[in-house]
Amino acid sequence: MLDPEDKDAGRRVVEAPFAAALSRLMDARDDLCVVTADLSKWTDVLPFAKAHPDRFVQVGMAEQNLMGVTAGLAKTGLLPIAVTFGVFATRRAYDQIAMSLATRPCKAIIAGFLPGLDSRFRGTHQAIDDLAIIRSLPGVTVIDPGDATELEEAVVAAADRDGLTYVRCSRGRAEALFEPAPFRIGPPRQLADGDGGMGVVTTGAATRWVAEIRPPGVAHLHVPTLKPFPAGEVAAFALDHARVVSVENHLLHGGLGASVAQAMAARGVATPLDARGIDDRWGEYGRPEYSRDRLGLGPDALRAVLSGERVAA
Amino acid sequence: MKDLQNDTADRAQAYQAARMRRAVIEMCRGPGQGYAGQGLELADVMAVLFHGHLREQDRFVLSTGHAAIALYAALWSIGRMTDEQIRTYGYDGTHVEESPLDDLDGFEVTGGSLGQGPSQAAGMALGERMRGSDAHVVCEVSDGELQEGSVWEAVMFAAARDLSNLTLLVNDNGEQADGATAEVLGIGPLAPKFEAFGLHAISVDGHDIPALRDALDAARAHDGPAAVIARTVPGKGVTTFDRFARVHYVRTDADTWQNAADELDAALAALG
Ligand SMILES: Cc1ncc(C[n+]2csc(CCOP(=O)(O)OP(=O)(O)O)c2C)c(N)n1
Ligand SMILES: [Mg+2]
Repeated sequence: MLDPEDKDAGRRVVEAPFAAALSRLMDARDDLCVVTADLSKWTDVLPFAKAHPDRFVQVGMAEQNLMGVTAGLAKTGLLPIAVTFGVFATRRAYDQIAMSLATRPCKAIIAGFLPGLDSRFRGTHQAIDDLAIIRSLPGVTVIDPGDATELEEAVVAAADRDGLTYVRCSRGRAEALFEPAPFRIGPPRQLADGDGGMGVVTTGAATRWVAEIRPPGVAHLHVPTLKPFPAGEVAAFALDHARVVSVENHLLHGGLGASVAQAMAARGVATPLDARGIDDRWGEYGRPEYSRDRLGLGPDALRAVLSGERVAA
Repeated sequence: MKDLQNDTADRAQAYQAARMRRAVIEMCRGPGQGYAGQGLELADVMAVLFHGHLREQDRFVLSTGHAAIALYAALWSIGRMTDEQIRTYGYDGTHVEESPLDDLDGFEVTGGSLGQGPSQAAGMALGERMRGSDAHVVCEVSDGELQEGSVWEAVMFAAARDLSNLTLLVNDNGEQADGATAEVLGIGPLAPKFEAFGLHAISVDGHDIPALRDALDAARAHDGPAAVIARTVPGKGVTTFDRFARVHYVRTDADTWQNAADELDAALAALG
């Protein structure tokens, strides 16, 4: 579905954090422009487009053109933010991102909406591979914010960073887990200390999934920056625990779990790692709660994993 | 004699179009939402294609993934999908997905990442020709999709390889996700664009059944690939859906769906 949907009641939500970030950036700098490929209504860009028509660029439904035009704008000294769904950015326009944006590299931001299982549409709209794809590009910064406050702050922080940054974004009412605080690209955030037994590492929406069901005694490390990956901190966290679980709203291939494993292996950390994510398959059609359950990422499954009742095969 | 035959075909196809519209409403009203505008606007085109134009060996490619509801209605109208199946449209875990993949019967391509149908249709047209088959390939594509460069790569290829067994059927409803196509990124006039790219172009009212039939026949008969540009109106056939003519996705209350169902039931009774 293309419409902003109410998230479950009872959780703290923030309206349109991406729109808030654009408005803050526009107040603070004079080089901002926002580029979209027929998705301004569906990505919280509409308020910006209405308020600053002279800084809003509509390229039509043409993602390769979106990335090329974004690169051209960047090469005139502007700071362009290219906005579309994560699937279309990374799959459809990968070569343009690589060759037009990432070689110099240009200073630009790509906002990829509908991360992971956010969308009902199996295969076509669920960005379950975007992190793997974009992480493989030399020098690109990759952020999967854990909540609405971090999303807003990450976009603001990305504007001060050189080179190309990819931020996974959620639209409409987005869940808030943290108190607003400036975002630092790179360092992880320790959300809970544990008893030294189980430690869990998460990124993006999976951070909220785990925060909601985390059993007492389980330490929790949130890693919003996938690249440059804070390998030293993650390996040290793993070393401090008897077992480590990673959870991500993404394929196991090439995302958080793979990065954690590499960080540990490179430092000789032999803690057993149970990586949880989508295992080499397309998603399921349906609301996120439904597809999470079907893919073994629902609250009950995660609770079982973190309480040690269910271990990796 | 010819006139009488045409008259019967008109009535039969108009009846099937009304049945499909009714099915579209039935699919959406359970979940309370869906791509009703697209389903309703494509019903006349689908009635002509699935109740006359397409032969057993022909292939139909729906490029616009989110317009799947129109193909579900068509498949239902020829008995390839059941009432029970189409009523699961949009529900968690359904196989009748709002934007399905090509692992579903009747769907030649995964259409949800828009603009990928025409290349596959061109490949199918070439493949059928290479295999010595006389199959014709009809590929639906939306006006928004024409903004994707990939569509024009396929068009150039079709013209260069002289794919006479390929018809592009453009669903020109004047709308896309961010609003009116003309305002988002003007693409018109379309016929000269297709002609310049080497296709024979035929413009037609997408709700005039006899004219659609003639246009598709002429495209098929043309020596070379052709584009039929069908001008359609979102929500066509349900008067109370006029207010959704400018929306990409319809979510509304049970009463509105019921009124639409009642209106279409009356239309069906009048036609039947
Ligand atoms: C490659 C790609 N880019 C963007 C989208 C998001 N999207 C879904 S529908 C749509 C509008 C397409 O225009 P059209 O098919 O004419 O829409 P309609 O007339 O049915 O509203 C867009 C941009 C998509 N599905 N695929
Ligand atoms: Mg359209």
